[in-house]
Amino acid sequence: MSRAHIQWIGGPVLKARVSDPFQVHEALAVGEQRLLGEVIQLSGDLLTAQVYEDTTGLKPGDLVVGAGLPLSVALGPGILGNIFDGLLRPLGDVDEHWFRPGLAAVRSEEFEFEPRVAEGDEVRGGQVFGEVAGLGPGRACLVPPLISGRVRSIRPAGTYSEDATVLVVEDEHGEEHSLAMQHDWPVRRPRPAAERLSADAPMVTGQRILDTLFPVARGGRAALPGGFGTGKTVLQESLAKWCDADVIVYVGCGERGNEMADVLNEFPELEDPRTGRPLMERTVIIANTSNMPVAAREASIYTAITVAEYYRDQGLHVALMADSTSRWAEALREVSGRLGELPGESGYPAYLASRLADFYERASRVKALNGEEGSVTVIGAVSPPAGDFSEPVTSHTKRYVRSFWALDRGRAQARSYPAIHPLKSYAEDVDTLARWWQLQGNSEWKEYRRRLLGLLETQARLERMARIVGKDSLPAEQQLSLLAADLMNEGFLRQSAFSEVDRFCSPKRQTAMLRLMMQFIDLAGEAVARGVSPAAIAAMPILRTLQRLGEEFGEDDLDSKPQLAARIGEAFNALKAPEENADAR
Amino acid sequence: MHADVILSHAVTGLEGPLLFARREANVSLNDAVEVIGSEGRARVGRVSALDEEAMVIEVLESTSGLNLDGTRIRIRQRPLEMSLGPNLLGRVFNSVGQPIDGGPPVPARQRLRVDGMAINPAARDLPRDFIETTVSTIDLMNSLVRGQKLPLFSCGGLPHDRLATQIAQRARLRGAQAGEFCVVFVGIGVPYDIAENFRQAMEKSGALAHTAMFLNHADEPSTQRLLTPRFALTAAEYLAFVEGRHVLVVMTDMTNYCEALREVSASHGEIPSRKGYPGYMYSDLASIFERAGCIKGLPGTLTQLPILTMPGDDIGHPIPDLTGYITEGQIVLGRELDRKGVYPPVEVLPSLSRLMDAGTGKGYTHADHPALSNQLFACYARASRARVLASVMGVDGLPETDRRFLEFGDAFEERLVSQEHPRTLEQSMALGWELLRSLPPSELTRLSGEQLARYIEIEPAAAPAESAVD
Repeated sequence: MSRAHIQWIGGPVLKARVSDPFQVHEALAVGEQRLLGEVIQLSGDLLTAQVYEDTTGLKPGDLVVGAGLPLSVALGPGILGNIFDGLLRPLGDVDEHWFRPGLAAVRSEEFEFEPRVAEGDEVRGGQVFGEVAGLGPGRACLVPPLISGRVRSIRPAGTYSEDATVLVVEDEHGEEHSLAMQHDWPVRRPRPAAERLSADAPMVTGQRILDTLFPVARGGRAALPGGFGTGKTVLQESLAKWCDADVIVYVGCGERGNEMADVLNEFPELEDPRTGRPLMERTVIIANTSNMPVAAREASIYTAITVAEYYRDQGLHVALMADSTSRWAEALREVSGRLGELPGESGYPAYLASRLADFYERASRVKALNGEEGSVTVIGAVSPPAGDFSEPVTSHTKRYVRSFWALDRGRAQARSYPAIHPLKSYAEDVDTLARWWQLQGNSEWKEYRRRLLGLLETQARLERMARIVGKDSLPAEQQLSLLAADLMNEGFLRQSAFSEVDRFCSPKRQTAMLRLMMQFIDLAGEAVARGVSPAAIAAMPILRTLQRLGEEFGEDDLDSKPQLAARIGEAFNALKAPEENADAR
Repeated sequence: MHADVILSHAVTGLEGPLLFARREANVSLNDAVEVIGSEGRARVGRVSALDEEAMVIEVLESTSGLNLDGTRIRIRQRPLEMSLGPNLLGRVFNSVGQPIDGGPPVPARQRLRVDGMAINPAARDLPRDFIETTVSTIDLMNSLVRGQKLPLFSCGGLPHDRLATQIAQRARLRGAQAGEFCVVFVGIGVPYDIAENFRQAMEKSGALAHTAMFLNHADEPSTQRLLTPRFALTAAEYLAFVEGRHVLVVMTDMTNYCEALREVSASHGEIPSRKGYPGYMYSDLASIFERAGCIKGLPGTLTQLPILTMPGDDIGHPIPDLTGYITEGQIVLGRELDRKGVYPPVEVLPSLSRLMDAGTGKGYTHADHPALSNQLFACYARASRARVLASVMGVDGLPETDRRFLEFGDAFEERLVSQEHPRTLEQSMALGWELLRSLPPSELTRLSGEQLARYIEIEPAAAPAESAVD
């Protein structure tokens, strides 16, 4: 173990005089409390390090011990369903009311282990060598990616501690590796995969405005920028609850403690709509709340994506929700300032863009080392100061994501959630994903999507005009366009995260709702062409039903779609009478 | 316990609030020190950086009168702490937690670090208990719950202090679970008269005995402003989590705090971020606001009601912007409403309470409360859009529905936002339903058919009488 002694300390940064060699990014134990730190710079016999915990009480002369390894986390079966700090140290003990420095990093829960290989077998990195008994996802025990060789010994089925040796592998150089159910992996190094695959299917989020208008592919990257109060966190939580991933990694990076409490409180009670199991079983929470040490905030994003890759390597589809990447960038800025680096735009370090790229590039759909397909989809919230999307974090993020979900203050103030602005948002994988919708029995998806966006575009244009000439002076078709756009906004795009019925919307229901809406709009168009006034259409009672369709047409009511369609048809037939009277006159 | 060490003739430099000294004793980072000038006055400070030979001390009070030779440094060998014990309520303290009301010192039962510790997120209990403030725009539209941090975003010259005082006087829990309620008032860089007005108002309502005041006057050094909320919150945490009370912390004015932060950061020679404020202002404010909350297994709660005045009335200014990202919503006061004579001048649309969904509805307030507030928000937003249209083409050019929304908007401000007297939630709700009845039921899409039938599509005569309100 290399040793050094503190020479200077200020805030989370220290300089120490080294007695033995250290390496860049090596993990450190600092002082009596063995606070976790990381080497940032080496220069002569001085090292510069950041400390991930409160440095109060450290003084020159205190001992710094190197771990010999880069900053790493232990990946194993004890992760799912639990809450950790930014360095994957468990926070789950509720009797510990306060977050204290020097938190123990070790987890040693016991699990029931069943071997999947036998003595003498050849094993390769990433291969499953055993499984943990239980029901939830993510129970495979993997051979660490860089190790392969012949199994010298494996323990029989039984209960072992997570960090106890269960497998010994002898590699081709005759070196023996003792492996446990968990293994360490450096957080800043992407885990290898056999092959990167391109996007083929969307990650179904259950949110209409996303799935129908701005889908994100499995293994894709989406950004969710919005000023405060526009509903970033509620949307992130809704995605974490209802998206069709196998594992959710939720990282609260510099956000509110009560939000973490909310997730911890709610998830165990909610059921995964696909498996019927508690949602918490598929969720990992990584919390570095805004009052926890800043340097650990910088690491928490890497910890989270490393955990996500670990499940991807088991052949699972993982969704990573990062709330918020702006706080991570600010932590980067703060540490950079303490190191005295030259600031770039808005005081952020010049390497902000490349760090963002490194992070988003770790989102992927891959063939894992063991041949299975897995994916990591990254959804990063961005908190631009004053809601200004031209600031550095938002503008750089925009370069690396393929789906951009811009939250809008006006929509949020009218409590029209999710407050995603349809004309400022985009998704780049639409053509690829249209094939998936076709397989779901909705071959018109792309066409509907185009019409819907066109309608919203028209509305924005007409509203500007209506402001000058008055709504009543617009031609009937244009008045109808406004009415149709209002209906889509109110009845389709708005979706309450707190409604028992509407918080999740399956692709089937989205298709059915969209068809009903389009049927209404088409029939209304025909009616107006026949001379029916837009006011008469606005007064139709069926319109109210459609505006409240999300609430009144739940997942269990899908069978009643033909009746609803028939009712819409009848309502328009009934409209004929006055118009024919008018003709007769 | 370490003995205090006193260093003489160690000071090598003085620059603004920073004091440079030779490190001639065993000192650790963030140790509390007392800097004693040759006139004998002790100033609180702390060690902000150190190496083998030297150390930098941040003096948290005025450095004027200090010199290099005659200044002594008393080193506490522990971080800045506050002595706490029973009988905190009814007392008045200065920025560094010393009584200034002429009374005896507080008996020291516990010493707590003023920087506090982060609450373990897993040990946090979800804030759910609705607090009735008797203000309709808060109770009905943006409900406050215990353990929340809900700031008032105001502008210079608006009656935010009056509103905060009223909330501090009247706020209560509904039902039998009222519990022991107390108030910690934190004046940060406030003029003498504001502090005095608050004290008198609390005295008049008989609430002063349940109030502890921490005052940092406008003429005190800015480094001290950084300590005032920390000492006050340490006391509040003691009241909440040791004595088990429900504490409401009113802090005014956080803008002064942030200005002090900028000043001190500049004197440290740090690289400024937006508008000269330090890059760590978000984390620094979070270390104050995140001290609100409820903890599993502990009886008390800590609720914060910070007040800030938006510089230039700009909600995008770094102070309100960063605050809004940390707090659980905001109540925005507006100049236009104030000019119209509406009190409290709460701008409903930009206001928000994030914890409202957790603390309202069935089992908390009333089953139809969320739908009602949702519908009122949507209608008022529509009324605001109609106002924009009307300003361009005149009221007569608007379609009939838009005109009705326009009338609704005016009535909403005059009758619901504006209020002379306290209202219970039931009174506020009844008023809300009444206002909605002036609109065509087909426009009320946020209400279920059942809610429409029960509250909207009834004969006016059958409606519950509203005359009791106001």
